[in-house]
Amino acid sequence: MAVVETRDLTKVFKEGELGAVNNVNLETREGEFLVFLGPSGSGKTTLLRMIAGLEQPTAGEILIGGRVVNDLSPRERRIAMVFQSYALYPHLSVYNNIAFPLKAQNVKKELRKDKVEWAASLLGISSLLQRKPRELSGGERQRVALARAIVREPSVFLLDEPLSNLDAKLRLSAREELERFHRRVGTTTIYVTHDQVEAMAMGDRIVVLNQGCVRQIGTPTEVYDNPADTFVATFLGSPPMNLIENGDVIVGFRPEHFRLAESVRDTQKVAFNFRVENVEYLGAEYILSGSLADGRLEGKKVIARLLLGHSIEAGTTYPFAVPEHHLKFFDRATEKRLEPKVDARALLWQ
Amino acid sequence: MAVSRAKDKSVGAAQSPMLGAAMFAPAALYILLLIGAPFVLAIFYAFSDARIGNTELHFAGLENFRSILQSPSFRKAVQNSIIFTIVAQIIVLVCSNILSIALEKPFRGRGLVRFLILLPWVAPVSLGTIGWKWILDSIYSVITWVLVWLRIVNPYNTPMWLGEPQLAMASVILVHCWRLIPFSTVILLAGRTAMPKEIPEAAAIDGAGFWRTLFQINLPMMTPILSVAVLFGTIFTFTDMTVVYILTNGGPYDSTQTLPMLAFTQGIQASDLAAGAAISVFLVPVLVLIAYLMLRVAHRAEVS
Repeated sequence: MAVVETRDLTKVFKEGELGAVNNVNLETREGEFLVFLGPSGSGKTTLLRMIAGLEQPTAGEILIGGRVVNDLSPRERRIAMVFQSYALYPHLSVYNNIAFPLKAQNVKKELRKDKVEWAASLLGISSLLQRKPRELSGGERQRVALARAIVREPSVFLLDEPLSNLDAKLRLSAREELERFHRRVGTTTIYVTHDQVEAMAMGDRIVVLNQGCVRQIGTPTEVYDNPADTFVATFLGSPPMNLIENGDVIVGFRPEHFRLAESVRDTQKVAFNFRVENVEYLGAEYILSGSLADGRLEGKKVIARLLLGHSIEAGTTYPFAVPEHHLKFFDRATEKRLEPKVDARALLWQ
Repeated sequence: MAVSRAKDKSVGAAQSPMLGAAMFAPAALYILLLIGAPFVLAIFYAFSDARIGNTELHFAGLENFRSILQSPSFRKAVQNSIIFTIVAQIIVLVCSNILSIALEKPFRGRGLVRFLILLPWVAPVSLGTIGWKWILDSIYSVITWVLVWLRIVNPYNTPMWLGEPQLAMASVILVHCWRLIPFSTVILLAGRTAMPKEIPEAAAIDGAGFWRTLFQINLPMMTPILSVAVLFGTIFTFTDMTVVYILTNGGPYDSTQTLPMLAFTQGIQASDLAAGAAISVFLVPVLVLIAYLMLRVAHRAEVS
């Protein structure tokens, strides 16, 4: 097991253009499940590929287990990677797919057999060993890819959007399986995804990336409750955080904290008049979209997430409120979060 | 898939039942008249005593086959055809593999290099071979000139590239390779490009080096397309007459004689149509067998 660290890691594909990855500094913890989260084009896969050794960094250093590995080939880095498409060898049986990394390391045949069987039983695919990848379902392929990754006991696991090829139902069970798998083997894992739900559910910590830069590193609670900037605030959470420009600051609050004034029990709260324009019924909750109807905030678009049990009609204005401690403030110029030094109410009404 | 295909068919057929036949006719006619008819005629001649200048024709049974099988020229031709084909195919496979690996990744001037490599395939066989005849000429050979300049051969005892049996065979094989490598390279390049990029990457992560990736991942995955390249190359070499005809005319002493060349010499130049036909027909079962085997390999690689 090992810790992965990057120092000012940069990748520029075309000279003169903005880098795909820019000055990324991060460090995993021992046995951690670290998630790289970002929209497509955020550089998360490039970052992972540099750690794997499939992409040469333009600048900066990569350390695995305290050793600089920039000049080491993938095989020398003792990492295992699961690709988005799983990249199983189509002409080899499941057994030979799993045995391939061992053969490449010249592991003796008897030992190889034991290890393949161990990996297969760990992932519950012992009955599939003679099949070809084509004959497997998406979930089974994923398990074969994981077995191939685990079989030589790597120091680090790299997973590149391994769930994105599965259908929604299977994705949920595969996610749980991955979590259980990680808990059992305890290997440091880096997981790339664009799905914030996956990131929140699985990550010990999340690295939020955008345009090749790290926007925030933190536990799911930290990035969700205390986003470092407006990008993180809107990228995490569905529907995203409401952002309202007001003078030099941007005020943000999550849709689930924007509730009917009567149901907000906190004494410290900020009241709004909310003109509901559209009501979406989602079974367990309503998504209300509309605009504010107060003085200078007139017309600002906001979204509220309401549990069932209220009767709300489109076209009507309701008194809504946000508990004060749920208001976040961002600098309008830098979009970075500000500590709320000023009185929130004063800020909003003037 | 099946549903959509059936639908397509019904639309076309419903609009005009004759259209399909009309579209198909030129190809069918071409094959029937220019390939089918001469083929049937050759089989017919092979069992007769047809000679140029003789209007009479008798059934001769297997007499032609018996006589060609006894001829040393024929045995030499069969042997050579097989040697040329196999050796050329091995060289072509190795070289085109190297070339396809080299040309896969982009580099400055790749387009030009690809174009140059494809040239031998685009140029007419006869013209290319005439060029080679000069390159391998006993007096004007540039190869000899370079070797002399490098002091590798004695200027007063230069190799006769087309005049000594061993060298002549090597020369014929060389020209066959030169002609087939472009084709094979293009096919292998297509096979490589079609392979998902993640597969060799996964192999690299799994710790496989260059050779292991090549022999255990790339080549096995390319078996179907490789067998197509080999099948075409085999048939091109086995049935080719131009190269031998221009370079050596089958000589010296039948040392580069091949079956198509012998069929031409016997049937046309020596006026023995029946013998020539028998020699050509002799090729058919061999080629059918090769084609069948190769297609089976390709099919098996695809389904397994």
